[in-house]
Amino acid sequence: MTDHATSPARPRRWPYILPLAVVLALGGVFAKRLSDISGGYDPLVIPTVLLSTPAPEFDLPPLPGYGDALTTADLKGKVSLINIWGSWCAACTVEHPLLMEIAKSGELPIYGIAWRDQPDRSIAWLERHGNPYTKIGQDPKSQAIIGLGVVAAPESFLIDKEGIIRYKVAGIITREEWREKIQPLIAELSK
Amino acid sequence: MIIELGHFALALSLAVALIQSSVPLIGAARGNVAWMNVARQAAVLQFVLIAFAFATLIHAYVTSDFSVVGVYQNSHSAKPLIYKISGVWGNHEGSLVLWVTILAVFGALVAVLGRNLPPALRARTLAVQGMISLGFIAFILFTSNPFTRLFPTPEEGNGLNPILQDPGLAVHPPMLYFGYVGFSMAFSFAVAALIEGRVDAAWARWVRPWTLAAWLSLTLGIGLGSWWAYYTLGWGGWWMWDPVENASFLPWLTGTALLHSAIVVEKREALKSWTILLAIVTFSMSLLGTFLVRSGVLTSVHAFASDPTRGIFILMLLGIAIGGSLTLYAIRAPQMDGGGIFAPISREGGLLINNLLLTTACATVFLGTLYPLITETLAGGRISVGEPYFNAVFIPLMVPLFLLMGIGPLLAWKRGDLGGALTRLKVAAGISVGAAAVTMLVAGFALADIGGAFGIAMAAWLGASTLIEWGERVKFGRSGSWSRIVNLPRAAYGMTIAHFGMAVLIFGVSGASAWKTESIQVQAPGETVQIAGYGLTFKGVEELPVDNYTAERATIEVKRGDNIVAVLHPERRTYVQPPTQTTFSSIHTTYASDLLTTLGEAEGENGAYVTRFYHEPLVPFLWYGILLMFFGGIVSLTDRRHRVGAPRRAPASAAMPVPAAAE
Repeated sequence: MTDHATSPARPRRWPYILPLAVVLALGGVFAKRLSDISGGYDPLVIPTVLLSTPAPEFDLPPLPGYGDALTTADLKGKVSLINIWGSWCAACTVEHPLLMEIAKSGELPIYGIAWRDQPDRSIAWLERHGNPYTKIGQDPKSQAIIGLGVVAAPESFLIDKEGIIRYKVAGIITREEWREKIQPLIAELSK
Repeated sequence: MIIELGHFALALSLAVALIQSSVPLIGAARGNVAWMNVARQAAVLQFVLIAFAFATLIHAYVTSDFSVVGVYQNSHSAKPLIYKISGVWGNHEGSLVLWVTILAVFGALVAVLGRNLPPALRARTLAVQGMISLGFIAFILFTSNPFTRLFPTPEEGNGLNPILQDPGLAVHPPMLYFGYVGFSMAFSFAVAALIEGRVDAAWARWVRPWTLAAWLSLTLGIGLGSWWAYYTLGWGGWWMWDPVENASFLPWLTGTALLHSAIVVEKREALKSWTILLAIVTFSMSLLGTFLVRSGVLTSVHAFASDPTRGIFILMLLGIAIGGSLTLYAIRAPQMDGGGIFAPISREGGLLINNLLLTTACATVFLGTLYPLITETLAGGRISVGEPYFNAVFIPLMVPLFLLMGIGPLLAWKRGDLGGALTRLKVAAGISVGAAAVTMLVAGFALADIGGAFGIAMAAWLGASTLIEWGERVKFGRSGSWSRIVNLPRAAYGMTIAHFGMAVLIFGVSGASAWKTESIQVQAPGETVQIAGYGLTFKGVEELPVDNYTAERATIEVKRGDNIVAVLHPERRTYVQPPTQTTFSSIHTTYASDLLTTLGEAEGENGAYVTRFYHEPLVPFLWYGILLMFFGGIVSLTDRRHRVGAPRRAPASAAMPVPAAAE
């Protein structure tokens, strides 16, 4: 260790300890996060507090040429799926064929939220790939997104007749998950 | 059998790393030369062993040996050879082997090239390097073994994600890793200096070439990644502030700061503890960049599959490396700075401001990347931080940096003359204002063009002042200027080229952000669409079976006036294994702007398709800028003073360098 007594103009120590303190604090946060994850917390799954709660209030402007505005009121009365997408989202293109099939089957309405996108790009994307959405709301400023706790697009929420969130898929909905988890849930909720 | 030998070699290298990280350290503490020299032999042996292990892995991929789990999961026999090889590092386990291989390359280079380093410093540096190896080889062997066998042996592999099957992306990870891992040298030198308790001008000169080598690899690596995103993702974007992109950008920012602060240590023996801290932080950022996304702590679309056991191991490794070095720093660094007071208006003052701006920029990007995670973990709420945040905080930090980049090099050491420098830069200011005026004139005085014009003014300012500085240095146009041009140190040329490259890059970014236009439509065969003075005629789509995918290949004729300037072929590819679709854009470049075309889905029965066209003005300058910066780094690296053999622990003489041929 160093000799504290000899140097009269000893430099202040705290600036040199500061980086270590910052790293230790960050390390603590990371460690807590990891222990949360190994304790069964999945960062991609919506916090359980939101599950079984009403979808947060929103009122999103319409996409020109694609119907009216999308509001929380639309979610009432029928089981529906909210899908968050964007023309910039490569994974959404992968998910898209399944959404088209669902839309074609008429199983339930799919409400699209065009997240952080420019209207002309959203429209171009829909023209290019096809439109599976019953209604579309634009959310360029993440107004509804934050309330829904979305981490990344695509994300989807299954909403029951009362407008309560019943299920969430972070990322692409796989056919397996659709068949084995979501469809049975829809059947149950539609009773 | 071969793969088992590889596994064995890697296990053996763990033992060698153990020796390399302990024996030389004891030798250096006791002044035992023989023990210190163990470091060099161990570093070379380590390289041989790890390189062999890596080679066996490549062999397994090239020969499609599906009895190896990793090969089965990530390769396919129908894949072209280059993607079989790049598949080695297209997954978590293999990329780690690449990581430690590069680490061993750097260790062996120091052992071989560092003959003139003081033995104690070399021994300690290599020992620290050995500790890093030790940690990561253990990580591979205990949690991420790429040599695991599979029984029964499957007939065919799962294939590599087609979006990764791209020449740009085959080279991108190794380049990036050379950058990340290269900063381990600066880190090892810094920790060795902390153990020694001594930093001086000679130390700075030894560290600089390694930092420079890492920096230029990282520059090119980031550039390649960005270029790949630009031409494959097909919407003409080149930077998205995604966590993984940010992770590569963070060490670039602090690494750039480190390059500049090391100059101050070398010339003025100031900023010593700051430089040490930057070396530690830069490598820490590299570690975070490579590993944080894999630990499961941070989630990203790019991430390899994560698993909490690995996460805990990684976190412990990072904790030991970063926490350990910073503890040593807290103990030793206060004694290092002698004096340290210098005039604010001087070359070193300028470099200090450069450092402050770069590290602040790094801190803001770091915060933006981790903030959602921190608030979520501590407060439970969720927020998302996106492009608007980064643009809002990052650009205002870059503007003063670019202004300063023009002035700084004209200031003298110790006591600069700001007035004099500004007087000499009058021309640059004039050119800058002129460039903005011309831009506005051409663009038509719209309010929306102000941002672009401002960017171009910045680029002109930086470009002009960089050239003026060079002109002043060689006393351009006066007698003897030719010999001064020839004899100017390569490091000076390196700076001029890299700074000019930055100006070119700003030019490209400004143009691409301000004047991009796009057009999206359904086109039937024979229909023509106008964009940015081009007429694009859609000629139809044909289906082509290629090795491992089927392509729908469009033919689009590009006309300017009545002349056909290009025929473009954007594609949609459907891969055989795994079955996935990707788009492949086709670009017509005038070398000053790009016309990017992509093909969408078929519409209706008459052969019509959705087509998307983007006109991207000045985007090529983005790539030229990055290449110039890379080239500037190379030129600087070849400077005789930076060559590892050249520096001595003696006051640096300011004499003209001897031409290289004299050696």
